[in-house]
Amino acid sequence: MNLNIKTGKVEMSHGSGGRAMAKLINELFIKHLDNPLLRQGNDGACFEVAAGRMVLSTDGHVISPLFFPGGDIGSLAVHGTVNDVAMSGARPLYLAAGFILEEGFALADLERIIISMANAAEAAGVSVACGDTKVVEQGKGDGVFITTTGVGVVPEGVNISGDKAQPGDAILISGSMGDHGVAILSKRENLTFETTIESDSAALNGLIAEMVTAVPTIHCLRDPTRGGLATTLNELAGQSGVGMQLDEAAILVKPQVAAACELLGLDPLYIANEGKLIAICPQDEAEKLLAIMRDHPLGKEAAIIGQVSADKHHLVQMQTRFGGQRVVDWLAGEQLPRIC
Amino acid sequence: MKYVDEFRDQQQARAIAAAIAREARPERHYRLMEFCGGHTHAIFRYGVQDLMPANVEFVHGPGCPVCVLPIGRIDEAMQLVEKHGVILCTYGDMMRVPAGNRRSLMQARADGADIRMVYSTQDALKIARDNPNQQVVFFAIGFETTTPPTAVAIKQAQAEGLQNFSVFCNHVLTPAALGALLNAEQPVAVDAFLGPSHVSTVIGSRPYEQFAEHYGKPIVIAGFEPLDVMQSALMAIRMLNEGRCEVENEYSRAVSRDGNTKAQALVNEVFELRDSFEWRGLGLIPDSALKIRQEFVGFDAEKRFPVHAQPVTDIKGCECPAILRGQKKPLECKLFGTVCTPENPMGSCMVSSEGACAAYWSYGRFRNVPGDDQA
Repeated sequence: MNLNIKTGKVEMSHGSGGRAMAKLINELFIKHLDNPLLRQGNDGACFEVAAGRMVLSTDGHVISPLFFPGGDIGSLAVHGTVNDVAMSGARPLYLAAGFILEEGFALADLERIIISMANAAEAAGVSVACGDTKVVEQGKGDGVFITTTGVGVVPEGVNISGDKAQPGDAILISGSMGDHGVAILSKRENLTFETTIESDSAALNGLIAEMVTAVPTIHCLRDPTRGGLATTLNELAGQSGVGMQLDEAAILVKPQVAAACELLGLDPLYIANEGKLIAICPQDEAEKLLAIMRDHPLGKEAAIIGQVSADKHHLVQMQTRFGGQRVVDWLAGEQLPRIC
Repeated sequence: MKYVDEFRDQQQARAIAAAIAREARPERHYRLMEFCGGHTHAIFRYGVQDLMPANVEFVHGPGCPVCVLPIGRIDEAMQLVEKHGVILCTYGDMMRVPAGNRRSLMQARADGADIRMVYSTQDALKIARDNPNQQVVFFAIGFETTTPPTAVAIKQAQAEGLQNFSVFCNHVLTPAALGALLNAEQPVAVDAFLGPSHVSTVIGSRPYEQFAEHYGKPIVIAGFEPLDVMQSALMAIRMLNEGRCEVENEYSRAVSRDGNTKAQALVNEVFELRDSFEWRGLGLIPDSALKIRQEFVGFDAEKRFPVHAQPVTDIKGCECPAILRGQKKPLECKLFGTVCTPENPMGSCMVSSEGACAAYWSYGRFRNVPGDDQA
């Protein structure tokens, strides 16, 4: 008898290593994520490697809600790790995926997530080469958690790292800030508000491949996910031992995102993105890099937003749109709404 | 964004800055106390000080409800959860405040206490409806702005017969705090006040008139957008130059002299004055806070659950009391930026993002970095 995907639920037996688990793996995971490595059916995926440098990265996904405007946990689990691998300038090749399923989770929802993962992987040009499934008792998970690990190869001559920013370098971003975080917030149970904003969740490896081909001297790439642009720039400033000076007017925040942040007392510079990147490159390459980014569908709204400076305190500062100057600090704790 | 960008416009800011530079008399110094944390936040977030001449100085006031709530009240809220097993509903920015033993509600939640962050009193009511077998307490804090929604929740709970809902009331009153600053043994050394705006949408501008007249200090009811703050500073400077001590209303798009009389009536129906209430940094101030009236006593968490916290003194060396009274600036505190930062706040002004120390640290510390060797 086949799995009853329409009305069936995840049961403890689906994680027990027996026939039920084999069924789940064959009829859901292998069916949708199918590729030669996965079909080998071994404990590990075995593949040839190219000469040169490789990149390995891992990311756990615990998002709530699981389905949100512009994506779901499946596509996000692919994009998140593909992007983390690509931020070293690498070409991502394979993903490994670990699923922790909660007893009682609807198989129909699980199938939706796996199909979404398969589509995202295909679009990004990577395969899910191996995986693992565990089931936890009801109440001990949040539907589904997915951890993905990715490997990729770095093209020759590319040497990108968060500690390479130098005073005088230009700072670029690939588009508007805060879309993903606001899309998620809008669907949180205790906070439903209506917005047309969709998550920007996307695989950036295509954009990055074009960027590193045109400008192999890019110093840093990073995706401003949790903690947003502000936190990520502070990380880079600390890692490279430099300061940064930004121009607020150059940082695009969509009006819907700005409005939601205004309402909730949040700062869009601290809101998560899942399909945007920060690039830091020598000043004389900045215009060329900007043009390449704007030519790509995921970089149409790219902009140069500031410059790296020498600063022993590693402060990120910003000329405000209003005409003043301020620090753009690390996020302290969780970003919490203000009461009045 | 409509109705927001207009109040953050750089051209307008330059025009007001030019007027201030023209009208501020070079031979005198203007000390303007912005009453609210909202003003302080705007000044630092937008860099308003950079547009002001050197002889116009902002002095930061006590108008941050999270900053002035004494630690003992948070300890009592914690007792409600940990001793009496209630679900505690609180506004987000109370969560991080270190209370007795430097433990915050956030940490109590990590230890298993059922503490829920809510965005409005309506969320708390819903939690009470959804959990009929558990007691739900709303941790009510804030100035007059947040008091009417609490009154509405209590009346709604009464109408619905919600037996498991009550309010831990910590609502405080701004005119009383202003009076305490002006009446203190060492009265605050400021020339004029930029007065509360959102509070005044409820209580109007009239309650401040007595202070302007009696103490000879001009007061401008000032909105929270950066242009509001600048325009209000200009209005205060003009009054000072002309020797007038009045209440003027810059925030006329939302505030009238009499305020929202319907909201005032509602608040009066549900709440009455406490004889006295402790303000962190300012001490005991008579008639400065509200308690729930006898008619609604069933919804008063303080009556329903016995709680009692030991008074907690502020950390030695912390200058928050003097900062909240406008007598010192954050940089004059030796804990600032060394042991006291937003990640590890020692005093109340660093705890809330609206506190003066947090604003200095998060937005303004490039001006004078602690430990820097600059003169």
